[in-house]
Amino acid sequence: MKLILAVIKPHKLEEVREALGDISVQGLTVSEARGYGRQKGHTEIYRGAEYETNLVPKIRVEIVVEDGFAERVVEAIQHSARTGSIGDGKIFVLDVEQAVRIRTGEQNDDAL
Amino acid sequence: MKLVSNLCRGAAGVTLAAFAAMPVWAQAAATAAPTVNKGDTAWMMTSSVLVLMMIVPGLALFYGGLVRSKNMLSVMTQVGAVCALAMLIWVGWGYSMAFGDGGNAVIASFSKVFLKGVSSSTTAATFTSGVAIPEYVFVCFQMTFAAITVALVLGSVVERMKFSAVMIFGAIWLTIVYFPVAHMVWGGNGYFFSMGALDFAGGTVVHINSGVSALVACLILGKRIGYPQEPMPPHSLTMTGIGTGLLWVGWFGFNAGSALEANGSAALAMMNTFVGTAAGGLAWMLAEKLMGHKASALGFCSGLVVGLVAVTPAAGNSGPLGAIVLCSVAAFVCYFAVTKLKPALGYDDALDTFGVHGVGGMVGAIGTGIVYSAALGGPSADNWMGMAAQLKVQFMTVGATIAWAAVGTTIAIYVAKALTGLRVSKETELEGLDIGEHGERAYNY
Repeated sequence: MKLILAVIKPHKLEEVREALGDISVQGLTVSEARGYGRQKGHTEIYRGAEYETNLVPKIRVEIVVEDGFAERVVEAIQHSARTGSIGDGKIFVLDVEQAVRIRTGEQNDDAL
Repeated sequence: MKLVSNLCRGAAGVTLAAFAAMPVWAQAAATAAPTVNKGDTAWMMTSSVLVLMMIVPGLALFYGGLVRSKNMLSVMTQVGAVCALAMLIWVGWGYSMAFGDGGNAVIASFSKVFLKGVSSSTTAATFTSGVAIPEYVFVCFQMTFAAITVALVLGSVVERMKFSAVMIFGAIWLTIVYFPVAHMVWGGNGYFFSMGALDFAGGTVVHINSGVSALVACLILGKRIGYPQEPMPPHSLTMTGIGTGLLWVGWFGFNAGSALEANGSAALAMMNTFVGTAAGGLAWMLAEKLMGHKASALGFCSGLVVGLVAVTPAAGNSGPLGAIVLCSVAAFVCYFAVTKLKPALGYDDALDTFGVHGVGGMVGAIGTGIVYSAALGGPSADNWMGMAAQLKVQFMTVGATIAWAAVGTTIAIYVAKALTGLRVSKETELEGLDIGEHGERAYNY
């Protein structure tokens, strides 16, 4: 099993979710995150007080799939989350040791 | 008698409305058997609760949104608690000190302590001879002014001042600063009133007073840990925006209510509270744009409040065009006070109470002496002739209010320091006053 961890621009979430739906991804977990990479932050000004914001809002998407399916998932995310400008985010793929469905106790691929 | 000359001058037009209520008039009118008008009474009851709405939740949300989320509840609690405290002190001795019988040019008397002698059949005079409102309504209306003024002061000391110190400071400050200043400006035998100072709804009493007191208090208290190196952005400008809206709506009670009657003077104050405020909000955003920044939501809110502050002394003392110009100028001046003067001098007036209320109040109070002129559409009988003399009175009133507020605040703060200490511990300040001072969190997600 592979864990696909993608950090994307918040406004791209809906497109990514649709693209994953199109290739029949069964489920995903989404959380709000903040971070930075090559993308510079931005300046905020409150009554003249300027703050450099380095950490910009991002969405983190986590999906666990069978080994053979990971490549298609990565491809779907890469296409749907891309705008072409700096700050589009990154995708990481990790090995997963074990998965358990809490309701039934099913293990690994059956649990996905 | 000076009062008589004021009365005569005022009788020529709506000038009478230039002064907020004076109980001395209640005595004068008593001989003429004053009548209580139901319309006036209903309007003044409405105005009183509109001013309460400015405080809770208006000011509480306006201020609360501007602090970091860890201090949200402490701000709302401090604003609400000093407001409640002010109400009790007002009926205790505040009303008597400001508007009691007799007394001198600085304070009235203690003849109405705990509202002695006030009943549902006693009345307070309005600006029209022979027309009165129930005294309880006048007591309530003026009570809300004392309450909002002391709450405004807290804007500079939030995020670090102890709750207990806030309460002690509030009680002393009201007694030695607010009540005497209110009497001097609005009392029939008050010092500035006798000089003919124009302050329709409290530019000096409420705004210069609170703004200068806030500056002195934050200078003595010291900066927040990390200021100005650490970012301290407002945690919710949505809340601040809601608070601004409640302030604007409530301010119609504050300004138009200061006419004490439901009449043309109140209508003029209402008019000016619409357009002066609108001009202030737009002018601040224009100032931002001219300085090369984006027109911001907080800038808009700040400009609206500056407009409200600046129009307060002018509300019934200016034509609508005068109010628009006055509030626009005030917004520009305050923009520079908040964005340039404060960083240059380095004081930590956390929520810009001095920059907005103090500076805006000064521009408003002095500018009122200008826009009052008939030549500029104001309700004065004079064109340019009286302007210099009026300006001199306005300057003297502003200067004396600044001095009184500064000295009184210094005393009140040091008494609070001696009794409870002023600042929360370093741990509490870092963790937030919500947990440290009140044992709660504003947001539990």
